[in-house]
Amino acid sequence: MADKTKLARQFIEAIPHAKELGLVLQDIGDGMARISMPYDEKLIGDPKTGVIHGGAVSALMDTCCGAAVMSHPSAPGGTATIDLRIDYMRASTPGQTITTKATCHHITRSVAFVRAVAMDDDTDRPVATAAGAFTVEQGF
Amino acid sequence: MSRPRPEPIQVVKQRRDAALNALLESVPYIRFLDVSFDRRGDELTAQLNFNDKHIGNPFLPAIHGGVTAAFLEITAMVTLNWSHLWERIESGALDPDEMAKGNLPRQPKTIDFTVDYLRSGLPRDAYARATISRAGRRYASVHVEAWQDHKDKLFAQGSGHFVMPQDKVEKK
Repeated sequence: MADKTKLARQFIEAIPHAKELGLVLQDIGDGMARISMPYDEKLIGDPKTGVIHGGAVSALMDTCCGAAVMSHPSAPGGTATIDLRIDYMRASTPGQTITTKATCHHITRSVAFVRAVAMDDDTDRPVATAAGAFTVEQGF
Repeated sequence: MSRPRPEPIQVVKQRRDAALNALLESVPYIRFLDVSFDRRGDELTAQLNFNDKHIGNPFLPAIHGGVTAAFLEITAMVTLNWSHLWERIESGALDPDEMAKGNLPRQPKTIDFTVDYLRSGLPRDAYARATISRAGRRYASVHVEAWQDHKDKLFAQGSGHFVMPQDKVEKK
């Protein structure tokens, strides 16, 4: 089990686009992952307010959901997104790190179901939530 | 004197391209992902210019699902905003020079966005077009389709809902 978590961690940390976004893997294991994305001006979507683009939040959510799937005890290998829905509850506060927590709450031989929530410093009010279905691959 | 002479083609093209460029240049994240737009009249086609930094799974390799989602969302948002501003750009109510200086109208806000991943994204350029299913005064619904080599073999599609900026309310 520890090996599996280690493997998933190595895989996530090797993703070129995750590095490009500056993602930091905080915690992973047992079908749960926590990844944060520090504020960066290159990710701004609204120049007037400095709010991060929804697309960057989507990329963070997608990575975190995939990480949660790979760390699940019943997942034999890698994963790919089948579908992902994101609800944007509010604009994230400019300057603050966005942290996502994803949970793989059900897995079959072929499909993994995941939920995720993204927060900034105000953890009482989520920035966004996500729900998705992911493939269950036999290898990486 | 039945109707005024049409504007010269250069004037029309310059105004439209300058306005579109101003919208795109103002958003750092569009530059970060390297998404460009092709314009034919008011129709837009987005292009994700492939870069190794877009890779999600280096073993396949394939484009990151998050990049695909962001590309579709950018396409939906820009197409919606462009269509929303079109009449004001054409009438001259919006000046492209002022827009380039950063005096831009507020953008629509994403309420939700859903992406279907139909095929894995190959390590090469991708294209997308959005259609506005409904543009109301307060809400809009937009559908997006993305492809790579074959227009009829989509690698992803998405749909989302947006809140429209209420520009006229500001007069109060």
